[in-house]
Amino acid sequence: MAQITMTQALNLAIDEAMADDPGVFCLGEDVSAKQGGGVFKVTSGLTEKYGEHRIRATPISETAIIGAAVGAALAGQRPIAEIMLMNFVGVCMDQIVNHAAKLRFMSGGQTPCPIVIRTTTGVGVGFGGQHSDMLEAWFAHVAGIHVVTPSNPADARGLMRASIDANDPVIFIENILCYGLKAEDPGPGYRVPLGKAAIAREGTDISIITYGRTVLDALAVADELAKEGISVEVVDLRTIAPYDEATVLASVRKTGRALTLHEAVRPFGTGAELAANIQEKCWDQLKGPVRRIGGTFSAVPFASHLEQAWIPTKPQIVEQIKASLGKL
Amino acid sequence: MAQIDRDKLLDIYTRTMKVNRTDEKFRELLMGGKVAVMYYCVRGQELVSAAAMAALEKDDYVVCTYRGQGEQTAKGIPMEKWWGECLGKATGTCKGKGGTMHITDPETGIMVTTGVVGSGLPIANGLAMASQNNGDGRVTLVSFGDGAANIGGFHEAMNMAQLYKLPVVFLCQNNRYGEHTAYADHTDSPNIASRAAGYGMPGVTVDGNDVHQIYPAVKEAVDRARRGEGPTLVEAMCYRMMGHFFGADFSYMPPEHIAEMKAEDPLPKLRKVMLEHQFTEEELDAIVADIDAQINAAVEHALAAPLPDTDEIYKDVLEETA
Repeated sequence: MAQITMTQALNLAIDEAMADDPGVFCLGEDVSAKQGGGVFKVTSGLTEKYGEHRIRATPISETAIIGAAVGAALAGQRPIAEIMLMNFVGVCMDQIVNHAAKLRFMSGGQTPCPIVIRTTTGVGVGFGGQHSDMLEAWFAHVAGIHVVTPSNPADARGLMRASIDANDPVIFIENILCYGLKAEDPGPGYRVPLGKAAIAREGTDISIITYGRTVLDALAVADELAKEGISVEVVDLRTIAPYDEATVLASVRKTGRALTLHEAVRPFGTGAELAANIQEKCWDQLKGPVRRIGGTFSAVPFASHLEQAWIPTKPQIVEQIKASLGKL
Repeated sequence: MAQIDRDKLLDIYTRTMKVNRTDEKFRELLMGGKVAVMYYCVRGQELVSAAAMAALEKDDYVVCTYRGQGEQTAKGIPMEKWWGECLGKATGTCKGKGGTMHITDPETGIMVTTGVVGSGLPIANGLAMASQNNGDGRVTLVSFGDGAANIGGFHEAMNMAQLYKLPVVFLCQNNRYGEHTAYADHTDSPNIASRAAGYGMPGVTVDGNDVHQIYPAVKEAVDRARRGEGPTLVEAMCYRMMGHFFGADFSYMPPEHIAEMKAEDPLPKLRKVMLEHQFTEEELDAIVADIDAQINAAVEHALAAPLPDTDEIYKDVLEETA
């Protein structure tokens, strides 16, 4: 099988969904061929195939973009709306939270809102305080939305296809640092069901529950610690909300220890909800408190060494695991 | 302005009185303590909603606001379902889960009723975009107030609609108050419609209390949208004759404003037009009596209807829980 990057994986998933269903269309800033197919090239080549009505380059108007996606979805279409960078969701939260997420419920089930909101972000590229945040917890706190993020190209292809199929809004978070990852192409029609986590690596001593780019850090740490005889299990949530509770709890019951890990700031992050739930439901199996790692509680800084100090690091993960195991 | 034929006048009159009698009934129920819910009175704006809905086809889409009773009933939501929803009953359009501020009835084209000022315009664009994409020939009309013209989404939506020539009609019901703030205290420009020029879009200000102005203006905007010529901003000057919501104090309205709005009341003016077109007092009274009978029956039905099951709070969250 061919190797593909995450960018190609996303492009292939969108392409085949558009070929299969004339109701699927993309809209967002700079997405069409005239602007080069998106700042990260995810929609590259699609305007040539499907025309400018189905790859709509929009003004810089996030509220109008998401509003248009909501309206088109109410009329039975399946828009894929791009918010170029995740921090810009601040401009259109009303459309996402008050409308997209709630219209199914408030209409008594009459108007589901099947939209995919693609957005990208990531700490480590020097974009500073307004272009880097992981804001998944904002959306995980809202009923009526799926929050999804892939950690590898195969999942990117499968999760994107499943997100377009979904009959509810999906916030699809892409990490800038993951676009270039390469892996085997799972092929046409591949789908990864929403709400299903993956055991990215099996282990017996501690479960790291994570998602997106930090899965890579967790796997690297697991490799390193294996040399010291510490067996780390890595759970890749893939769907952050609503998450695969059964897989998470089964993993923690097996290992007896848990560490939540995310790039987003730690206070009130998804790790807090995961930790609380694990402690409620696995109390008798836990050998110690659930530990949490997240970004520093400040704005993402610009200078490279500050950014690296801000973000969760592999040594921090190693330290937390060893502390949990009493091996510091 | 073009003449309106007798059939259309009768249609507009019937819709106007349906809106008015529904509003009167709602206030009567609230005053009598029979129901206690949020209700945003439409007294004074009946004709604007009725004429606008009369300019649409049955399949056309409508997006309205919490003050949307006029669009909803004039577009034709069955009264029993409408009252059921307003009273929070299982028989309501949304099973009692939306309420007065969130009436949805896709069967009659009421696609969204938003409780957030100005949020309807961007969504209307999307409905219109779907029609443009799939060529279904529908037009989307979005109704909002003068207060909504000062929120960012208004500008984003107007620009985008004109850019794509979307089949959408922006109907601004300028009722002179944004919530409790008078027009002059929230906007310095003399009108809202002139903003359309800034987007390259036609904009027109008309007297929303005069059927010969409001109906042709909306009809032309609808026809233009359906011809694929793009959006229009229609500003209908009207009066909100009550407070922001039922029970709200509106003593802030100056006496001269109240005198002016009483003089401009659309209902006596419309009745006069009807009489001029050889409709008789008896005919017009009979129409109102028939509407009242329908409303009374619908209210009785809604009052007697079952409450939604409490497990509805877990349903319709995501498809899995539908």
